[in-house]
Amino acid sequence: MVSKSYDDKTHYYGKVWIWTAVLVFILVPVSACVYYNAWPPFISVLKGLLGVAPIFWTVGAIEVITFTPMLGTAGSYLAFVTGNLTNLKVPCAINAMEINEVKSGTEEGEVVSTIAVATSSIVTTLIIAVGTLLLGTLTPVLNSPVLKPAFDNILPALFGALGVVYISKNWKLAATPMLFMIILFISAPSLAGSVGILVPVGAVISILMARLLYKNKMI
Amino acid sequence: MNFDPNSSFLYLVAVAVILFILAQSLFFLIRAYKRGKEIGMDVKKLRKTITSSAIFTVAPAVSILLGVLTLSKFLGLPLPWIRLSVIGAITYELPAATSTASALGVSISETITSPTVYSAIVWVMTLGILPSTILVPVLLKRIQGGLISIKSKDSKWGDLLISAMFMGMISAFMGMVFSNIRKGLPGWIPIFVMLFSAVLMAVCGLLINVFKIKWLKDYALPICMIGAMIFAIIITPAIS
Repeated sequence: MVSKSYDDKTHYYGKVWIWTAVLVFILVPVSACVYYNAWPPFISVLKGLLGVAPIFWTVGAIEVITFTPMLGTAGSYLAFVTGNLTNLKVPCAINAMEINEVKSGTEEGEVVSTIAVATSSIVTTLIIAVGTLLLGTLTPVLNSPVLKPAFDNILPALFGALGVVYISKNWKLAATPMLFMIILFISAPSLAGSVGILVPVGAVISILMARLLYKNKMI
Repeated sequence: MNFDPNSSFLYLVAVAVILFILAQSLFFLIRAYKRGKEIGMDVKKLRKTITSSAIFTVAPAVSILLGVLTLSKFLGLPLPWIRLSVIGAITYELPAATSTASALGVSISETITSPTVYSAIVWVMTLGILPSTILVPVLLKRIQGGLISIKSKDSKWGDLLISAMFMGMISAFMGMVFSNIRKGLPGWIPIFVMLFSAVLMAVCGLLINVFKIKWLKDYALPICMIGAMIFAIIITPAIS
């Protein structure tokens, strides 16, 4: 396990940074309201929130429970500020731990996962910043119909490579949740828009199967 | 005051947020790197982790940039730049903006001209996703405590539990790839891309393990991803 003093300090620094981040996030709308002297009617914010909050607050809570064990302490404090968890930070951390042959929850895993999440956050921020500043030049390239299929298929491209590594290692564990999800998405394609909610469903099925197989000494 | 969603003031706010994000990331990067050296980890490996994570990030980051472009038509550049650099994703920000705009009876096909509509959207985008950030400092120690207690009782089951959680995520996203297959052959394109990516990874595995091309291990994932994305560019016009 991670030594106590270092881990405790990580929690302390993580809390300082994440609460400051919450303040920074809130200061964005506050500064816009103050500068333009345009405070929106409370009811319109509430109506807007009602359209997204029930789903995204639930998904957010579930993501914290599902992803923090994989991301480690500092990785979690950072990834839940910089975002893009499923399509970037979690696969990046898991891939880095796999390459270095370390496990999450160990001292080495904590170091590797933090380095991966931090590097990924810096590179993402810089690419978006440079892209935003060079938008005039980049827009025709990024919006070109030739490149569109590549960006439309970024998730299959990521999860194909990532999936084959983990499925080949744990195929007994993978078979049931995979089959369930494939049948579910073929029967109800509209669920593709709420894949975030289905991640914990997959995790629960996978954990139950793991327990069953483990108890019966099949894995 | 005239309202411009691309005003210098909003760009200044964006730059301040971006600098904060970079500072936090650099702080944890340097701290973890030093810790790695302290506990005797190979410095070369630590550096390689930085390089491979950076290369892996490029393609998804460009895809996030596309999200900034999509939102900028309606919201100007600074706000999508802020929102997609912090917690949030295009899959969240677009519904948040649409939901608020429709509550205010505004269309999202034109650039915003009202500061009140703009500030309402910024509030909804901010408040709608804040709980996941707030819950980390509240829950993290408890979740880790639970995991440590499981691992201390049965370490194999503890490791299996984390693998099972990750498998849940992989299965949901891989299942989602199948959602369009009832639309005919074009609906199969994401599956072909996923399979191509998987085959590329299997080839990389062979090259690493059988032919001992060890450097490939650090770059296999980005190579497979970009290879599969190029494959998508080739097959899409042929199939559609």
